[in-house]
Amino acid sequence: MTDQVHQRAPRTPLLTGERIRSAIWQIALLAGVVWLAWSAIENAARNMQARGIPTNFDFWHRTAGFDINASLIPFSAANNTYGDAFYVGLLNTLLVGACGVVLATILGFLIGIARLSSNWMVGRLAGGYVEIVRNTPLLLQLLFWYNAVLTPLPGPRQSLELPGGVWLNNRGLFMPSPDFGAGAGWAGLAILAGIVGSIVLNRLSNRKRLATGKGFPVLFPALALIFLLPIAIFMAFGSPVTFEYPQLRGFNFAGGARIVPEFVALVLGLSLYTAAFIAEIVRAGILSVSRGQTEASSALGMPGGLTMRLIVIPQAMRVIIPPLTNQYLNLIKNSSLAVFIGYPDLVQVFAGTVLNQTGAAVQVIAITMAVYLVISLLTSAFMNWFNRRIALKER
Amino acid sequence: MATPRRAFVRSEFSPSLAPPLSVGGPFGWVRANLFNSALSSILTLASIAFILWITPGLVRWLLIDAVWSAPDGDACRAPGSGACWAYVRAKITFFTYGAYPRDALWRVDVTLAMGAALAVWLLWPDWPRKGVAAILFFAIYPHVAFILLHGMGDGSRAVVNAAAGVFNSEALRDFARDGIPIIGTHLWGGIFVSLLVATVGIVVSLPMGVLLALGRQSTAPFIRFFCIVLIEVVRGVPLITVLFMANTMLPLFVPDAWTPDRLLRPLIGVALFASVYMAEVVRGGLQAVPRGQLEGAMALGLTQSRMMRLIVLPQALTIVIPGIVNSFIALFKDTTLVAIVGVFDFLRAIDTQRLDPAWNGPTISTTGYAFAAMFYFVFCFAMSRYSLMMERRLAHGRKR
Repeated sequence: MTDQVHQRAPRTPLLTGERIRSAIWQIALLAGVVWLAWSAIENAARNMQARGIPTNFDFWHRTAGFDINASLIPFSAANNTYGDAFYVGLLNTLLVGACGVVLATILGFLIGIARLSSNWMVGRLAGGYVEIVRNTPLLLQLLFWYNAVLTPLPGPRQSLELPGGVWLNNRGLFMPSPDFGAGAGWAGLAILAGIVGSIVLNRLSNRKRLATGKGFPVLFPALALIFLLPIAIFMAFGSPVTFEYPQLRGFNFAGGARIVPEFVALVLGLSLYTAAFIAEIVRAGILSVSRGQTEASSALGMPGGLTMRLIVIPQAMRVIIPPLTNQYLNLIKNSSLAVFIGYPDLVQVFAGTVLNQTGAAVQVIAITMAVYLVISLLTSAFMNWFNRRIALKER
Repeated sequence: MATPRRAFVRSEFSPSLAPPLSVGGPFGWVRANLFNSALSSILTLASIAFILWITPGLVRWLLIDAVWSAPDGDACRAPGSGACWAYVRAKITFFTYGAYPRDALWRVDVTLAMGAALAVWLLWPDWPRKGVAAILFFAIYPHVAFILLHGMGDGSRAVVNAAAGVFNSEALRDFARDGIPIIGTHLWGGIFVSLLVATVGIVVSLPMGVLLALGRQSTAPFIRFFCIVLIEVVRGVPLITVLFMANTMLPLFVPDAWTPDRLLRPLIGVALFASVYMAEVVRGGLQAVPRGQLEGAMALGLTQSRMMRLIVLPQALTIVIPGIVNSFIALFKDTTLVAIVGVFDFLRAIDTQRLDPAWNGPTISTTGYAFAAMFYFVFCFAMSRYSLMMERRLAHGRKR
């Protein structure tokens, strides 16, 4: 007789079966989200009505009635709307972001490479900089630059004179502003043409080198194209650019171009802060390139600079780009700290002044967040494209 | 033999080279590390010049010319005076506690001491019973801290009263009647609020971050979608806008009676912000757990939740301890931003006190910033060293 082992078919309990449980969780979450959203909207509608808060976008076309001390487009309290104020803030945010990204990248690469220097002292100095900057809050650094460095500068009458007709005082940095005459446009076009020509020249040289093993010199022809050609055209038109120099009139400077101290403090603080993070990323990227690559390169007789430029950096870039993208995004998001030192960026002008004056909290915050989201998405899309371009082509 | 004879055979010894000047010892080290090439020598000299240029002034400003004690800012306003440490000494209570009633400071001290003890217990690698510490820190401590800092409301009084009934204790009954007086959050401020915001951030963000990270990897499409959208949206906007949102929109979204306290609103914003960043840190840990661990767990017949609780999460969270500490450092630095919605954190306390007419002057505000910088630096630097130490320890364990 065989043992009669009754084996029941494995039971799938109704509530603990994989798919059913997953469905229950999802429905619960969906219900929770819907309930939260619905009650939030209902409460918001009631509260906004009770407090007389606008629920539409009519404020967009109303006259702003406040002034902005730094603007890339003409803006005045009487003639411009809240919508225009939004564009002023947006442009200022983008300006700070662009300046900050460029400066932070240059500084960050320099400091990152300095940290790996064979020179002990340079390495230590760079390391000390990174540690101090990364371990103190950005806001503290911004307040320090603005309140402790730029504000105590002397007033307009005791301005510090910098070379080239540039004046620095507590009202900002005053520079000569160029006044373009006829023909200046052609010189500008010549610069562009020179840059494009140099790129084409470099491509041609590379192609020839790949085909025949020997390229032709690029550096000096390119320099001639970029500098000599525009200068020649500039001279041919009789130097059509005149400069308007800032002059001390009464209690302040008049004429010329002015950079407000808030902008200087913000760009300075943001780039110095982000540079420390970029330096660490660059260091990690360079260290990630295996030593064999450098050794093989010096075995082939390449000098140190060429090894760095042609062997190490291109491979390190693959490791550097993704975290570098994050730092760029951080810098742009951190530019919102402008509100603490009163630089009119998107948050200060729009989520600050416009929100306070119109009371349209929901609309204003939603628009502000959407703008930052779009900037973030666009930046990361561009950097992803760049990353794919330089990624290791595996076969 | 047609082989060309190109071999070179030396017939006498070549003359021996002069011994190297010095390869070892301090001189050798200096030559190898500071003056190994022309460029390096220039850089070294430039660095020395830079240090010589900056150090004497800094030392004189911070120590030699500094004003160590003074009744008010007059001595610090004198021309040529250095850092005004007297100002820090005069204001240190305000910098630490804000306007918290001076006779109740012990409540803050006790709360901070308890939190510090639990944090050390959690973070010190060799101390046993991390589970108990975690329950105490994440579940019990927040309640105790709330009662100590804020005071006893009717609810907690009722609980104590009930306990008094159970134990029939006169002392407890008295305690329920007197309670701990309530101190409104408008009086809270200083270092203590900075630490509070950071602690709330970490206490909320760790469990929330784990949930969001698990949700992001879930096979259920709606849960995954919800988590991804939440994480990416909050990560795509600046903390300031999240704080603005919490401050201005949260009161609109709830019925009037529930309007959150003005300190609670930024706390919610910070907690949300910290959670999504923590989710990404935890996700890194989840992805670093070898696939074989999951397969082994499945082969043993563990259910999904047990597999996560017993196999995956313990390993994933151990891997990301350095990441968690790093995001805590970032969070601690970010707490300075809550000042924008009117919370009196440490930096805001310093930044407003420099306008005090009795203590007003250029060196005085710089001293305040220097003091804040030292405080944040010591805190963040210590944590980053801890994170490095844990990283080495973990790498050591994995290397075998």
